[in-house]
Amino acid sequence: MVLVLALGDLHIPHRAADLPPKFKSMLVPGKIQHIICTGNLCIKEVQDYLKTLCPDLHITRGEYDEETRYPETKTLTIGQFKLGLCHGHQVIPWGDLDSLAMLQRQLDVDILVTGHTHQFTAYKHEGGVVINPGSATGAYSSITYDVNPSFVLMDIDGLRVVVYVYELIDGEVKVDKIDFKKTTATTHSAH
Amino acid sequence: MLNGTEDEEKWLAEGIAGIQHYAFFMHRALDSNNLREALKYSAQMLSELRTSKLPPHKYYELYMRAFDELKRLELFFKDESKHGVSVVDLYELVQHAGNILPRLYLLCTVGSIYIKSKEAPAKEVLKDLVEMCRGVQHPIRGLFLRSYLAQISRDKLPDIGSEYEGDADTVIDAVEFVLQNFNEMNKLWVRMQHQGPGGVKEKREKERSELQDLVGKNLHVLSQIEGVDLEMYKETVLPRVLEQVVNCKDDLAQYYLMDCIIQVFPDEYHLQTLETLLSACPQLQPTVDVKTVLSQLMDRLSNYAASSADVLPEFLQVEAFSKLSNAIGKVIEAQVDMPAVGAITLYVSLLTFTLRVHPDRLDYVDLVLGACVKKLSNIPELEDRRAMKQVVALLSAPLEKYNDIVTALTLSNYPRVMDHLDIGTNKVMAMVIIQSIMKNYSCISTADKVEVLFELIKGLIKDIDDADVDELDEEDFKEEQNSVARLIHTLYNDEPEEMLKIICIVRKHTMAGGPKRLPFTVSSLVFSALRLVRQLQGLEGDIVGEDVPVTPKKIFQLLTQMIDSLSAVPSPELALRLYLQCAEAANGCDLEHVAYEYFTQAFVLYEEEIADSKAQVTAIHLIIGTLQRMNVFGVENRDTLTHKATGYSARLLKKVDQCRAVYACSHLFWVDDQDGIKDGERVLLCLKRALRIANAAQQMANVARGSGGPVTLFVEILNKYLYFFEKGNGQITSSAIEGLIELINTETHCDSTSPDSISDAFLASTLRYIQFQKQKGSVAGEKFESIKL
Repeated sequence: MVLVLALGDLHIPHRAADLPPKFKSMLVPGKIQHIICTGNLCIKEVQDYLKTLCPDLHITRGEYDEETRYPETKTLTIGQFKLGLCHGHQVIPWGDLDSLAMLQRQLDVDILVTGHTHQFTAYKHEGGVVINPGSATGAYSSITYDVNPSFVLMDIDGLRVVVYVYELIDGEVKVDKIDFKKTTATTHSAH
Repeated sequence: MLNGTEDEEKWLAEGIAGIQHYAFFMHRALDSNNLREALKYSAQMLSELRTSKLPPHKYYELYMRAFDELKRLELFFKDESKHGVSVVDLYELVQHAGNILPRLYLLCTVGSIYIKSKEAPAKEVLKDLVEMCRGVQHPIRGLFLRSYLAQISRDKLPDIGSEYEGDADTVIDAVEFVLQNFNEMNKLWVRMQHQGPGGVKEKREKERSELQDLVGKNLHVLSQIEGVDLEMYKETVLPRVLEQVVNCKDDLAQYYLMDCIIQVFPDEYHLQTLETLLSACPQLQPTVDVKTVLSQLMDRLSNYAASSADVLPEFLQVEAFSKLSNAIGKVIEAQVDMPAVGAITLYVSLLTFTLRVHPDRLDYVDLVLGACVKKLSNIPELEDRRAMKQVVALLSAPLEKYNDIVTALTLSNYPRVMDHLDIGTNKVMAMVIIQSIMKNYSCISTADKVEVLFELIKGLIKDIDDADVDELDEEDFKEEQNSVARLIHTLYNDEPEEMLKIICIVRKHTMAGGPKRLPFTVSSLVFSALRLVRQLQGLEGDIVGEDVPVTPKKIFQLLTQMIDSLSAVPSPELALRLYLQCAEAANGCDLEHVAYEYFTQAFVLYEEEIADSKAQVTAIHLIIGTLQRMNVFGVENRDTLTHKATGYSARLLKKVDQCRAVYACSHLFWVDDQDGIKDGERVLLCLKRALRIANAAQQMANVARGSGGPVTLFVEILNKYLYFFEKGNGQITSSAIEGLIELINTETHCDSTSPDSISDAFLASTLRYIQFQKQKGSVAGEKFESIKL
């Protein structure tokens, strides 16, 4: 059982002061093995905070990030799954599933995690899964109205991944979960 | 000086040896029940205490040896059967001792037994002893002698419930005895200051402080006498003690004893005698550290108040607050030379007291702050760091107590205190305020409070002095400004009119921040305003405010001004992003012209200010992405903007980037909405253009490196073909797709091309996608069926 925290679009300090207190109290150091962050933190303080939760931190560049040297995309293998990470402002039309699927094919990953729309989504298509953890602070978005703060926790176990989404709705944390199963194990590239 | 200590060591050793010597013979006498001998040797032993050569801490050691021996002697005296002399006679007998000091020690020892025997009333014996001790006027010797008297009499006082209480003997007599002993001891103690060899003042004061507890013990005893109730304390004990304290006119004694009184007697007593206690303070020597005494008192009373809610009414009843603040006022007034840090520490103690005892009385809190302001006004330039720290403590106290900045903001004197801080400290305090707001997740919701708040934190918002900004460490400056940026999001009211006022006030203050601060503050404020626009979108009709009607249009005017100010920094990349955000917001409000203006501004920035190639790539994608979502533009406007976007895309520095930007533009001609544009032809034109660029890039790579560049671009374009094919763009044929696949295969297997696993995998998954679509069945499957692989 490997826990991966996926979150992004915090937009601190430009659009939000801080993570919601209820989220802060849930995110405790030492419980998570990896953190993948879609971008738009935006300042170093946020990176430092995430680092305290888990030292294995992966970040891709959002268009408002103070640190311009984060990569545009990132891929990593966790257990049997290949994960891809990208902020998503590079994929036009923004939030379009088919265009995101193209990126997924390009990165050759089972799970693609992107942000930018501040809207939680989790789609399964024949090529794999596309997840958007939304905005962890519920930051303003030109794309999505009524943004609820949200983040995603993935539990990777063998060929199965359970995606838990935590959403703050009217002051209460609501949890939902979605199951995904891979049909074949990851093979190493033989080219 | 070393010589002196060595001598003292020698004398002490001699003294101890002497005591041991005579004690030996005394013991022999005791064992043989020889009273006469016992008296003789004990007197000789006690003569060792007649020395004047020892400093207090060494005399103490000598005294303790003698004390132990006297205990054994007392046992002997007590047992009449051993020596056959009645205690009354014994009392008379010991007075024949030659020298006065041994005589008095022996007298006290017998006196102890005398009282125990009850042959005479306790009060009479005690009175006799305390007066006889006057015979020893040497400070150190006298103090120890009286200390001995205090020790042996301790359990024999005619207290309530004690066996020594009688009709004639009452608590009053016990109190009288202790008071008298105390008075005499204090006089001796004070005399030490002026007597003895003309040594260094510090040395004398050190020696005196070694003896202070001997004097203080009497107060202890008084506090433990059962019969001393509040009444007696109020009427007799306190007035008499204070009389001695004031009249002795010695600053060392006064300071110690005031402190002792406060520590030793119960807090309820202090509350009830507050007036008396406080009235003594101005009467003390000017060199006494009265402010510390008052601080101690207030701290004790604060703790008392905190211990239980039941005691709070008492505070009100005795009007503790006004008494204390008057006393403090008088002290500060009287001691003109009191350093700032002292006065402010006093106010901190008073404020702590007020917050504990009268938390609901904001007027009291404000009064304390006001008094502090008055004091600060009399100081031309407050430079003392410790004083500054105390002012920060003063201002932090209400924040911590109320956990709510809004309460602190209602205190009229709060900003006035802050005005007296130097810039550095003002900033420190401003950060404390902001952190308090963050920690408590506070929300400030009225314009006037926001105004007060921003006045308070003005040190962070703008340069007050020219000196500052350069001196500040960049990291620290960033932290400061990020805090201000975060703060802006805690200012919120869901009434649009009020919210607009808030935004305007913040803008007014932050505009003066200068180019270094604007990037931080403008961003936050812009998004705050955009949220308001979003809110208005949801409401019906315009909201007519007092001065400014709250319409999206009005807010967009504000937004434009705010973003325009970034040109002073300059911050073109940020400004471009913000203009695009506004464009989208204007789109949502159906304001075509406003949205168009924003795009124009964005393009101007792109053309003229953004030179870095990487920045350009991101910028053009943001423009394309935003434009793609616009539905408010008429054909002409849309065409103009699209043309510009495509043009700039094709002119990016690197071919790879050109290609990607151009095929991104294809989406500008196809929007999946019901009423969205679906211009298949122009989509295809874009894709073909992208293809040409990809080809050119491939050629260039061949020429430059002798082998082909990555084939990825072709696969990307293929995917775009498939995207529009799937969406039903008739211009994209299956043969075109087949042709493209063939091209990719050719390029891949070309000799000059180096193998690339990434584009291979990409192509493979693309082909898989086509297969999958074929197997889907129904319309989609049919369509894909036509693609021959």
